[in-house]
Amino acid sequence: MSAILLLADHDNRTLKDGTARALTAALALGGDLHILVAGKDCGPAAAQAARLAGVSEVLVADSDDYAHHLAEPLAALLVALSGPYETIVAPATALGKNVMPRVAALLDVMQVSDIIKVVSPDTFERPIYAGNAIQTVQATDVKKIVTVRPAAFKATPAGSAVAPIEPVPSSPSSNLSTFVGAELARSERPELTAARIVISGGRAFQSAENFRKYLEPIADKLGAAIGASRAAVDAGYAPNDFQVGQTGKVVAPDLYIACGISGAIQHLAGMKDAKVIVAINKDPEAPIFQVADFGLVGDLFQILPELAKAL
Amino acid sequence: MKILVPVKRVVDFNVKVRVKPDGSGIDLQNVKMAMNPFDEIAVEEALRQKEAGKASEVVLVSVGPAGTAETIRTGLAMGADRGIWVKTDAVPEPLAVAKVLKAIVALEQPGLAILGKQAIDDDANQTGQMLSALLGWSQGTFASKLVIEGDKALVTREVDGGHETIRLRMPAIVTTDLRLNEPRYASLPNIMKAKKKPIDEKTPADLGVDVSPRLKVLKTAEPGARRGGVKVASVGELVGRLKEAGVI
Repeated sequence: MSAILLLADHDNRTLKDGTARALTAALALGGDLHILVAGKDCGPAAAQAARLAGVSEVLVADSDDYAHHLAEPLAALLVALSGPYETIVAPATALGKNVMPRVAALLDVMQVSDIIKVVSPDTFERPIYAGNAIQTVQATDVKKIVTVRPAAFKATPAGSAVAPIEPVPSSPSSNLSTFVGAELARSERPELTAARIVISGGRAFQSAENFRKYLEPIADKLGAAIGASRAAVDAGYAPNDFQVGQTGKVVAPDLYIACGISGAIQHLAGMKDAKVIVAINKDPEAPIFQVADFGLVGDLFQILPELAKAL
Repeated sequence: MKILVPVKRVVDFNVKVRVKPDGSGIDLQNVKMAMNPFDEIAVEEALRQKEAGKASEVVLVSVGPAGTAETIRTGLAMGADRGIWVKTDAVPEPLAVAKVLKAIVALEQPGLAILGKQAIDDDANQTGQMLSALLGWSQGTFASKLVIEGDKALVTREVDGGHETIRLRMPAIVTTDLRLNEPRYASLPNIMKAKKKPIDEKTPADLGVDVSPRLKVLKTAEPGARRGGVKVASVGELVGRLKEAGVI
């Protein structure tokens, strides 16, 4: 039976949602599934990985080298561990996108990025051109390196069994790069890529104050995550990690509410797989209405307070 | 220090591409082409570093078929010093491009290579990381800020949840995210000047690189179409519809 290694995305305490979603794709390949949790004091994340259904072993590399998920040491570790594995998988999150191509090149493998469907153990569907075409590709290398678009797969839940946890030695440190610091937003709201409901704002909000003032009350009532168009991020109304689109985050919530977003193809690429799309825009010709299930034409500064009240 | 900036010719970001009816690929006949937007940001960043006295020369390189020289010329008109066109009619995958670039690095000996984080045609997001791996260099991907201090580069990266800053030992690879800078427009005098700047031509074979693909594209299809729904007249009606649909 073939063996598959999944690189976990986590913050040492908990697994990121993308890990359990990538696991679903990895399990669809069929094979003995191991998860690698590399970090510092990452026992809690490893324990969580061990409970996920379908996982037969959790490898833990606990070292200062992996504390901040720098690409060079993580890639060296994955290459050192790669021997027995036919396929190495990671979620296409900031972590997976950074590390996996490095692993692929070191193994002389052409990576398959951002898959949305497993057709067979070596054949995958992936979007190209901002999702305006779907390519079916077959990997011909001996090993396969695959990143998984989290929004395209449901998360694998915890199962009844607990997989064994095995420590693995860390690879020699290269010191090519060092971590200096991070500014990460702490939010009580759900993670954008995992939220059941997402409400997003565009340039029409005119200011960062308005962006918060009009969107937050609705997000609070719905338990929604807040997203933004590139225009809103570029204008400074919303932080960069709110950006939904081709090169930002790709989401597929049950409900996506686009407020004051015209609907450029790059934005649509990030949200068109939502189950239900609502568009609120004062321009009745805005392209966003072509993909929206429910459209409401009007001034969002009137509509949004009304909506907050009605919920 | 020399900065190498690999650039790619892609379908212009405003064009909505069409899939060929026989599923064999994307119809590229008479489609407007342009430099990949992330690569424009890379060119701009290299020029700013040169203007700040951190670099002596900005060299562009592109791997591709006829027309690629035009894309290099676009970067030369922005202010880059010279170009290298690695001619091939194949559509090389990121791994092959990274191997070509490794060979160019061996010839040019840059201290830094700045690449777009992703090309907007294949959306692979691989080439910079792969080049970094093949060279054994450090990598700072998805950069929103780059500060060069001696033999170190401080890179602020866009990551899930915010930003992080890392320090790279140079030589290094940096890939650009959207917020790194706003690329300049080429002025008419610079466009004229660019016509005289040299573009060196090579082939993958000259560089000893095999660019044959490792992935077999079995099929290219249109995505499932999403049909527009209905317009509702009021907030009340919207809330009612969403409740009916069971999403709130």
